[in-house]
Amino acid sequence: MEILKVQSLYKAYGNHIALKDFNLSVEQGVVFGLLGPNGAGKTTLIRIVNQIIDKDSGEINIKNEPLRMHHVRNIGYLPEERGLYKTMKVREQLLYFAQIKGLKKKDAQQKISLWLEKLDLKQWQDNRIQDLSKGMAQKVQFIATVIHHPDLLILDEPFSGFDPVNAEIIKNEILELKNQGTTIILSTHRMESVELLCDNIALINKSQKILDGPVKTIKEQAKANLFQIKMVLEDQVSIPPWGDVEKHENHISFKLSLNGQNPNDLLKNLMQYGEVFGFEEIVPSIEEIFIQKINESHGK
Amino acid sequence: MANKIFLVVKREYLARVKKRSFLLATILTPLIFPTILGLFLWIAMSDMSGDAKNVIEVVDENNTYFLESSNLYNFSYLGLSVEEAKEMVQNGERYGFLHIPELDIDQPVGITFYSDEIPGMSLKNSLETSLKMKFEEIKLFSSGIDPEILSSLKTKVNIRTIILGQQGGERVSNSVVNYGIGFLAGILIYTFIFVYGNQIMQGVIEEKSSRIIEILVSSLKPFQLMMGKIIGIGAVGLTQFLIWIFLISAVSSLVIGYFGMQMPQQQILEMSGQENPLLGDDSENFIQIFQMIQNIDFFQLVVTFLIYFVGGYLLYGAFFAAIGAAVDSPSDAQQFMFPVTIPLLIAYMGLFIFVLDDPNSRVSYWLSVIPLTSPVAMMGRVSFGVPWQQLALSVFLLISGFLFTTWMAGKIYRIGILVHGTKVGYKVLWKWLKEN
Repeated sequence: MEILKVQSLYKAYGNHIALKDFNLSVEQGVVFGLLGPNGAGKTTLIRIVNQIIDKDSGEINIKNEPLRMHHVRNIGYLPEERGLYKTMKVREQLLYFAQIKGLKKKDAQQKISLWLEKLDLKQWQDNRIQDLSKGMAQKVQFIATVIHHPDLLILDEPFSGFDPVNAEIIKNEILELKNQGTTIILSTHRMESVELLCDNIALINKSQKILDGPVKTIKEQAKANLFQIKMVLEDQVSIPPWGDVEKHENHISFKLSLNGQNPNDLLKNLMQYGEVFGFEEIVPSIEEIFIQKINESHGK
Repeated sequence: MANKIFLVVKREYLARVKKRSFLLATILTPLIFPTILGLFLWIAMSDMSGDAKNVIEVVDENNTYFLESSNLYNFSYLGLSVEEAKEMVQNGERYGFLHIPELDIDQPVGITFYSDEIPGMSLKNSLETSLKMKFEEIKLFSSGIDPEILSSLKTKVNIRTIILGQQGGERVSNSVVNYGIGFLAGILIYTFIFVYGNQIMQGVIEEKSSRIIEILVSSLKPFQLMMGKIIGIGAVGLTQFLIWIFLISAVSSLVIGYFGMQMPQQQILEMSGQENPLLGDDSENFIQIFQMIQNIDFFQLVVTFLIYFVGGYLLYGAFFAAIGAAVDSPSDAQQFMFPVTIPLLIAYMGLFIFVLDDPNSRVSYWLSVIPLTSPVAMMGRVSFGVPWQQLALSVFLLISGFLFTTWMAGKIYRIGILVHGTKVGYKVLWKWLKEN
């Protein structure tokens, strides 16, 4: 089932168009990446879904129902610019947010203890937010976002401000939530950070979606059937016409297209010329695909 | 729903009350006034206790004018010459000396007071009065009037003012006491609105700029959040106020008691019932003031104070919340402060210029009825007594007023709290108001 479906969404701020004819479909239980450079319209989309701002036109459905305020209560939202009451203590603050989100006090206390333990914040629970490091405050904010166990989690730039260790911890928590059935939408401009995390992605540029689908499919489609080959030639003098061949100390490397052959045939073919010790298909990264797509759209 | 407002109220309340600065301000502020009062009293008393301080040498070349020592000054007649008297003053044995040259009683000229330091106006005045009385006495005496008749002529006059009550009951009033109460109550409400209104604004700006609001709006209606904040901060103010009342009365009675100015109530009542020849004029005044304080309807005063305190706060609190929501930082708030400061200033100045001066004038009436000024202005009138019809009208308008401002502020708040980076002016505010 689609947990979120956006159809021909349009939003403008004065003369600036933030989203134009925007369609999006997020299946339940996936990790969905919303990728694009700064100012592409990601945050606008997220804010509209969270009913923080109104759309100008278009349709948004949550589980096949038109979006209403009560749906938003089942969304956990981590804004890009993190906000906590600076003078409140960690536990007090989490309890407040949990209760505002409708949790009973006892239930909330239990969950808070669990999460504080999990994210290694237990000894900080009676400290004020202003006395915490930025990374720790981010973790507190993350707990505040997920404490009420929402069906849909929307995280805007979830890894900004985290060191690699803590980013890894958060990444694992996201995956665990996914295994528990939570749908997660991640928005980020740092595409390499989510490539491995996301099942599906949408690439957004200049208020429009330029590509979406499962990461695997997108990569599959973006492949140019090119292989990176490293080999040692028997005959060092006459090199076959393989395009740009880089000569190294005792081997050469080059890229070769399949040209309708299957990889095994190509490999067999190459083996006639010498010893192949590197044979790897070139798969473009999401970032490369993104840049390529943008260039294509400019070329039109 | 109401439960969520309560959660917000609780957070706003506890977040402030638990702060160390709240504790400090709450305990220190009421100590400041009695401390200053006590300090003044102490200085004044130690000033008077010095020996040489209040002794004035009189050099009277006529040997006629004997001034009677009062409780403030002692006059000494050693029959010294001007030079000798000067020396005594310079040696610090006398505060100063009064030189009365030989003079014609019909045209007393050339009387001079010498001292090391500039004498206060009160000293000069009291010397002049004493001499004038002495001259008149001598003149009357020389015209053949019996000294006994003379002393019986001295009369003490003290005007009492009495308000005719509605059931024909009379009560003693004293403008000074009423003035003081009106003054204090008015200023308290004025200060309270400003201090706590600003806290509302700061709180709203904090939530807006830190984007806490973006997490909260999914679970709370903006109106709930706004009301929760206003009520929570108001509760902080009331708490602080009640603690102050308690502390001020405790500390003040300690201070006054220490300086021996306090008398047990029973004793005062006994004394006021009978003529007590031993009591001087001062204590008579004191008893009267005490009676008047007793005659003020404290129940009415406290109830009206609380109504205007809360009503005025809610009325202006909504304004402050709306301003906080419309701007990105406190420095941007300045442009919107006029609609708040101007009526409050008018009320404040009106309180001094019109209301306390003449509580029943037409200007006072309007100031105490219009909701924007009534919280401050009406408190200036209440202690003088206000017809209940006027009070009812004023309270009714105040309640309608804050319902209206809250409704308006809610609209601005709802949109403003989520708008960033837009330059918001009055035009934009108007658009927001019209759009919803």
